[in-house]
Amino acid sequence: MIERIAELRGQAEAEIAAAGSAEALQELRVRYLGRKAELPQMLRGVARLAPELRGAVGKAANQARQALDALIEQRSSQLGGEELHERLRADRVDVTLPGAPAQPVGRLHLLTTMRRELEDIFLGLGFTVMEGPEIESVHYNFDALNHSPTHPARARTDTFYIARPDLLAPSEPRPGQPPSPLAAEELVLRTHTSPMQVRAMEAHPPPLYVVIPGRVYRPDSDATHTPQFHQIEGLAVDEDITLADLKGTLLMFARAVFGDRRDVRLRPHFFPFTEPSVEVDVSCFHCAGSGFLRDGARCPLCKGEGWLEVLGAGEVDPNVYSHVPTSEANAPGYDPEKVQGFAWGMGVERIAMLKHGVPDLRLYYENDLRFLEQF
Amino acid sequence: MRVPLTWLREYCDPPLDVRAIEQRLTLTGTKVEAIHRHGVPDVEGFVVGHVLDVQPHPDADRLRVCTVDLGAAQGEGPATIVCGAPNVATGQTVAVAQPGAVMPDGTKLERAKLRGVVSEGMILAENELEIGTGGEGILVLDELTLDAGPRRCGAVPRPGTPLADVLPIATDVLELEITPNRPDCLGVYGVARELHAATGATLAPEPWLADPGSAGSVDGAQVVVECPDLCPRFTARVFENVSIGPSPPWLKARLMAAGQRPINNVVDITNYAMLLTGQPLHAFDLDRVAGAKLTVRRARDGEQLQTLDGQARELDSEMVVIDDADGPTSIAGLMGGARSEVAPDTTRVLLEVATWDGPGIHRASWRLGLRSEASSRFEKGLQPEQCMHAQAVATRLMIDCCGAQPAAGTIDVAWEPAAPQVLRLREARVRAILGVPVAMQRQTEILRALDFAGEPAPDGLDVTVPPLRRDDVTREVDLIEEVARIDGVDRLPATLPARRGAAGMLTHAQRVRRAAEDAMAARGLHEIVGWSFAEPGLLDRLLLAGDHAMRNVVRLENPLSDTQSIMRPTLLGSLLDAAQHNVARNGPDIAIFESGTVYRATGAHDERAADEHHGLGVLVSGSLAPRSWRAAPAQADFFAVKALLTALLDQLHVDWSVQPRTWPFLHPGRSAVVLAGEQTLGFVGELHPLVAGAWDLQRTAAFAIDVGKLAAVAPEAIPFVAFPAVPSLRQDLAVILPDAVPAAQVIASARGAGGETLQDVSVFDVYAGEQVGEGRRSLALALSFRSADRTLTDEDVAPARERIVAALGELGGELRG
Repeated sequence: MIERIAELRGQAEAEIAAAGSAEALQELRVRYLGRKAELPQMLRGVARLAPELRGAVGKAANQARQALDALIEQRSSQLGGEELHERLRADRVDVTLPGAPAQPVGRLHLLTTMRRELEDIFLGLGFTVMEGPEIESVHYNFDALNHSPTHPARARTDTFYIARPDLLAPSEPRPGQPPSPLAAEELVLRTHTSPMQVRAMEAHPPPLYVVIPGRVYRPDSDATHTPQFHQIEGLAVDEDITLADLKGTLLMFARAVFGDRRDVRLRPHFFPFTEPSVEVDVSCFHCAGSGFLRDGARCPLCKGEGWLEVLGAGEVDPNVYSHVPTSEANAPGYDPEKVQGFAWGMGVERIAMLKHGVPDLRLYYENDLRFLEQF
Repeated sequence: MRVPLTWLREYCDPPLDVRAIEQRLTLTGTKVEAIHRHGVPDVEGFVVGHVLDVQPHPDADRLRVCTVDLGAAQGEGPATIVCGAPNVATGQTVAVAQPGAVMPDGTKLERAKLRGVVSEGMILAENELEIGTGGEGILVLDELTLDAGPRRCGAVPRPGTPLADVLPIATDVLELEITPNRPDCLGVYGVARELHAATGATLAPEPWLADPGSAGSVDGAQVVVECPDLCPRFTARVFENVSIGPSPPWLKARLMAAGQRPINNVVDITNYAMLLTGQPLHAFDLDRVAGAKLTVRRARDGEQLQTLDGQARELDSEMVVIDDADGPTSIAGLMGGARSEVAPDTTRVLLEVATWDGPGIHRASWRLGLRSEASSRFEKGLQPEQCMHAQAVATRLMIDCCGAQPAAGTIDVAWEPAAPQVLRLREARVRAILGVPVAMQRQTEILRALDFAGEPAPDGLDVTVPPLRRDDVTREVDLIEEVARIDGVDRLPATLPARRGAAGMLTHAQRVRRAAEDAMAARGLHEIVGWSFAEPGLLDRLLLAGDHAMRNVVRLENPLSDTQSIMRPTLLGSLLDAAQHNVARNGPDIAIFESGTVYRATGAHDERAADEHHGLGVLVSGSLAPRSWRAAPAQADFFAVKALLTALLDQLHVDWSVQPRTWPFLHPGRSAVVLAGEQTLGFVGELHPLVAGAWDLQRTAAFAIDVGKLAAVAPEAIPFVAFPAVPSLRQDLAVILPDAVPAAQVIASARGAGGETLQDVSVFDVYAGEQVGEGRRSLALALSFRSADRTLTDEDVAPARERIVAALGELGGELRG
């Protein structure tokens, strides 16, 4: 009988392995393990066998039944997996169709991206970000920045002035209040972010490390001038901030914006509110500062100069400190014999223009989607 | 300013090529903006010739065949040159271009046959060499034209002499940017001094040191200055026996290279002296100055004057005119009058050299639209000492080039010399400002090269400021700049500041603004950057009533144009402009936002001159997403834009709400105020169809909020709130209500009635139609109940649900079956 069990088991194992469908497997289960099948019959008949045979036959039959049961289960799940796979294979989509529903993609304006990039560079260098009014007093825009009373930049050709009908008919100060310091003063659209230098020093004691991004205005309009544009002012005042420190700080900026291999060059220049004053050039990233391209052509970006002018800067002029009154807010105040520092003003449009090759400043303010979508 | 290099080298001639000179000047503060080539590209092939014979051309009436000695080597004879000039004659010394020479326009001269006669070169006219404007006849290099001025030859040059040895036929020209603090560099000699300091090359003595004129009073001419505040110095010299004619070639050549057109010898001398010294001059025909007396006075307001160019100009009392006995002859510093102009028959010249108030000239020049080489120098503020520099240079040339005799004396009105200023320059301070030391000896050397005098002092130097620098150098730090720029700021090391106590970080408000912008971009909106300016008509197009608060705008006194004459009181204008621009070019779907400042006039100009606040504005029109093959994208309307507002405010954890409210520019039935508690953040709504239509837009929706107020209500740090482990129970409730009952009221009512287990109520469906009846609508509410400690069952929440139903009943609601 033991041989018969082995024979049945072998036969069943072969057939199960060959079964091609769930139905065939079910048929095999009935044939080999069903109520009337031979193997279960044998198991049920074990009691009728001679005692010395019962143990061996019972064990063999039981093992065979369990093995076949397990084998059918295993084959069944294998068949199920194959069927699922076939079904899923048939249920395919064209993966090259666009995703749906389409998600719109929006972008920040290049000027915002550029401004944030610059802010982040200087945040990393320990500067905080301050902002200030665009409609500014002549005091902060010119006087406190050491512009002589007759400086040409104050002219109506160079600065937008605010119409002040109230100046023609000065109003009485409100009862119980002193006359406003601005009441008799002309107002302008700030021509640079520099008026915030004095405002920042009025509000905070040294050491002071700030950058001031913002919109500024000058009455010019052509491909390289728009009547409004954006600057980022930098101001660092402490006991011992030198022109060499300015160079180091701007070198960090130049490398962060234009690449690790950039160099900066200071050139003497003139601004009323810095002394010494410099213009700052960055080595051209298009021709690696050589002025010429690989094919020998003159570099179109720097015009063969090897350098790109990016900003104006200098050591803060002592006269500027003298326009900062000492108060509770900024005690001990700004004594030019005790503190010194640097300031710069850079044009956001100009830097974005250089970095991204924008050919015409007016594109920034036209807001054509074909421009906005690019950056 | 254009400075011919050959002229510059006459005063300072470093052993450097033009590129190296450019580099040194640029790095010491005199930026070379461009280098031009003036004259012939190469001096090779241009020689002096001697005309031996002139014969008529056999086949052409106008041509002559000349035999010209070009100093050829023995064995070779003179050259045959065909010439068309009427003035060519035997015995002349002329300028010749030989075959192979390249002309200024780039053409290369070839041996050529002209009507059968081979011409071995060309006899040149001055315009062909760009050293003058005359082109009718050839240039004749006789004694008269060469024996004058700084380049004296003494004798007629020998044939074969390179032409470049005799005439400045080729020079590089430096185009310089002179900063406004350096009017002393608006002349060639001033630049030469810079080059001297920058390179160490020797500087020639000042060209005005030898003055052939004399001081003292002048007979036969008189000058009165009535406004010394606007005319700090007025000098004049009188010249007799002046003969007007062309200037010598060297002088014309220099003017041409410097960008000035030669006119006649007297006018050219005034220009030459100006280009050399930086000080403008003006020549009067003294016989045409009525009464031989000039009066310098302020113009009268509204005074009319016809200027040289034939235009009538209206003056004001800040401008200065110069009168003779017959009235105004010129506008000081800007333009001479035709009446007293130097003419071919002039024999007596009064040479005016004056100092004018710089800002006054700047203003008058702008007001009158008159700009010239002279006005651009005067407006920078020249020093009175410069008057006599120009007089000395011009006097020499008047004698040499016009045969003039200077009358004795110099009229010199209104000026008293000032004592020079002495400044202390501390050695330690130089180091402190620059970050590196500069040796005392080097400091002294630099300052001396720049015409400062330095005497040792206990802690540095006592430095005397030269007169021409008195406006620019007034303090120690100005001297430090002089030392730094010549020593080389490009050579400074790159160090970083100490950064004591500096921790760079954004403020909460700055972070909120960034987050708000990012939220909008992330939802598919493009950021625009509009103009701060707007046109006054914007207020009408937005349908604002005459007394509306938004009409209280900031106005510019001097706008570039009417369309940019006010400061925008809202972001809507620039958003609408951008939408209109793009609808016309890129199709009807617009989803844009702007983050920018808006401006309102404040009655009292106290702390701030005007109310400026940072706004965030969103505008959508058409589809909010690209067309898709599977689902139609949502269209812009009130709810679409409110969903964007919701995303923004919820992202920033703002507790907010809306209430119906109208604005003139919004659809009156589809607009709301955005509130955070009692605080108004802004508006949301569909644009009024008349407003959208004014910008050629279909249905358009927008919101705008004040980012400053938003930052104030957006929490800085979010506290953790524990969430229970047990799940919530969700139930739906459909209720039919009068459609006048706002959803917010329904939700508030349900919340109020639901008790503490009710966590959330939201509207997930709205239905209006026949089934619910006229004037009514069905709202489907999703209720979410939760208990902190156990899972709730329907039975648990049944009482709460009944209370909610009852509360909704009080609003006129009934459960939908």
